[in-house]
Amino acid sequence: MAYILLGIVLLPLLGSIINGLLGKKLSKSNVATIASGSIGLSFVLSIIAFIQLQSAENRVINVDYYKWVVSGMLDVPMGFWLDSLSSLYILVITGVGFLIHVYSIGYMHEDDGFSRYFSYLNLFVFFMLMLVLGNSYVTMFVGWEGVGLCSYLLIGFWFKNHAYNDAAKKAFIMNRIGDLGFILGMALLFITYGSLNYADLNKPGAITYTSATTAIALLLFLGATGKSAQIPLYTWLPDAMAGPTPVSALIHAATMVTAGIYMVVRSNAIYSLSETASLVVGIVGGVTALWAAIIATLQFDIKKILAYSTVSQLGLMFLGLGANAYSSSVFHVITHAFFKALLFLGAGSVIHAMGGEQDIRKMGGLSKKIPTTYLTMLIATIAISGIPPFSGFFSKDEILAHVYEYNKGLWALGVIASMLTAFYMFRMLFLTFWGYFRGGSELYKHLHESPSVMTIPLMILAVLSVIGGLLGLPELIGAKNWIGHYLDNVILIKTYLGLSHSIEWMLMGIAVAGAVASIYFAYQLFVINGVLPVEDEAELKWWQKIIYHKFYVDELYDFIIRRPIDFLGKVVDRFFEKMVFNGINDSISSITLFLGEWIRKIHIGNIAYYIMAMTISIIVILSMIK
Amino acid sequence: MINGISIDYFILLSAVLFTIGAIGVMARRNSIIIFMCIELMLNAVNILLVAFSTLHQNAEGQVFVFFVMTVAAAEVSVGLAILTMIYRNIKSIDTNLLSNLKD
Repeated sequence: MAYILLGIVLLPLLGSIINGLLGKKLSKSNVATIASGSIGLSFVLSIIAFIQLQSAENRVINVDYYKWVVSGMLDVPMGFWLDSLSSLYILVITGVGFLIHVYSIGYMHEDDGFSRYFSYLNLFVFFMLMLVLGNSYVTMFVGWEGVGLCSYLLIGFWFKNHAYNDAAKKAFIMNRIGDLGFILGMALLFITYGSLNYADLNKPGAITYTSATTAIALLLFLGATGKSAQIPLYTWLPDAMAGPTPVSALIHAATMVTAGIYMVVRSNAIYSLSETASLVVGIVGGVTALWAAIIATLQFDIKKILAYSTVSQLGLMFLGLGANAYSSSVFHVITHAFFKALLFLGAGSVIHAMGGEQDIRKMGGLSKKIPTTYLTMLIATIAISGIPPFSGFFSKDEILAHVYEYNKGLWALGVIASMLTAFYMFRMLFLTFWGYFRGGSELYKHLHESPSVMTIPLMILAVLSVIGGLLGLPELIGAKNWIGHYLDNVILIKTYLGLSHSIEWMLMGIAVAGAVASIYFAYQLFVINGVLPVEDEAELKWWQKIIYHKFYVDELYDFIIRRPIDFLGKVVDRFFEKMVFNGINDSISSITLFLGEWIRKIHIGNIAYYIMAMTISIIVILSMIK
Repeated sequence: MINGISIDYFILLSAVLFTIGAIGVMARRNSIIIFMCIELMLNAVNILLVAFSTLHQNAEGQVFVFFVMTVAAAEVSVGLAILTMIYRNIKSIDTNLLSNLKD
């Protein structure tokens, strides 16, 4: 087992190293085979590990490879921890990751940085696996930072574009703020509970309520808001769409951004103990879900819509975490990975067909030209909108039911957010695929379906988006909630739905009715009335303008954070740098110059004079010896 | 006492010779004279070494003098070669003219 886990993690690293060092010399098909093959093998090994885990004691496998950090009380092993939670995560990471690697072969085929791209992508998978498999918070942090690095590298993949580099830096810096919280949380966790290893922390009674529990939970949550793009650190994710589209699918939709949820679920014992922290998580998640959903309704860049949709869906997951419905959130992570990866890959296929155009105002009527992409995206759109029996419905409904039980106000936020989700997703779908083409006849001739290396992953993901709900069919309809029970041994303090069946049916009905109403509204607006997003900002109403400009949050951050720092920098530059430091340096050099000019005069170049000086000096020295 | 002569006189002779040498090196400009003055200083030291060697009935000092004389001979041969080169370059052996390094 130790070797299987090692293989799962190290194969992508090996692929990354080979492609990174030798990629220029290998042919494109070899690069693609190595990159996809390593992830594919890793996926196969993950399945084997998953099967073996079922027969393991307590469904936990803990492997220590060597002692990594030993210092005083701190004892951190380098090893892997495979349990219900991480086994699901590695399946999603390697499975969806494999499909996205295959898709990338088609998408990136014309790119000069083909081998570099795959090297980064493999490296990302390696770090992501480290993150979820590591058996202590420190190992998790290694992966946490590593995926941040890969995210930075891939957002700025086309580094010749300055705006893309800025987006990459923004993502990195925003994550850094969150990471500070993570480190502090980890330190406090260690001080309070004496260990950072899951093995120690998972012992019964290892975690009890102390005055520091809430602080630990909130600090760790700050880390999660950075990585998982929640208020107040969400603004990097929409900008991260600068990277290649498959990267957005893998990193910024399916896997990396769900690391925050993984971390909170991993620390569920702490969050369950602190009501304050849970409430904060819930409120932040709920508000983010609604906030991002509102912004998404007026975006016109197909990837930006999906980015805000991701932020909103992540918000929904945190809302579930706030209600201590951990397994429901993990369920939503998985279904979301399916349909959101599909949406991004579909968007990539659309962008591919449109020759790089991302503006939905220039699209329309694409369903005839690219039917496979259209059908698969339609499935994903229905899934994310929460229409039964597609996967998104079950996971979202489970979260909302738990939230209803927890706090009705937060539940209202979640329901409005998911209604908006249905609205903006169908707005995107109608504007992209329905109606008539608005991009000009020149481009219309160019339109073509993507090669099968791209469409087959779309189809597989479409199937998964449809049937993903089977993982967690609600007990309400007489099914066994498999994922809920599967995660039982990870979640230390369990929450069960105490709602009566009639209320559950009612909640389900409200959610479905809301989604259908939103879709009908979008249909009325964009298909029957043929409303198009305006080209000119001036035609927007004042409230639309605010949403169009994303509530001016970037501008606000610019004003309250960047400007003061800029100003401080200028003051320091003017005063300290120019006056104090330069003054000190200049005066030292002028003193030296002055002394040199003076001492120079002793050297008159007369040998006799030198000898006399020498003789006198010797006499003086000798006379001093006693 | 060496052969009835007090050691003081040897020291005095040596000191006088050394001082003459030292002043000569400092005051004269002719390189050859400076050379001779250096030899004078070396020999002043030699006298002292021999005198004390005899006084203490210890041959080490006299052995040392041979070394000094050998080294002095070697030094003179090298020094005179340098002087010859200087003369070829500046047609003079006046040390005050050798001030090219000053500026």
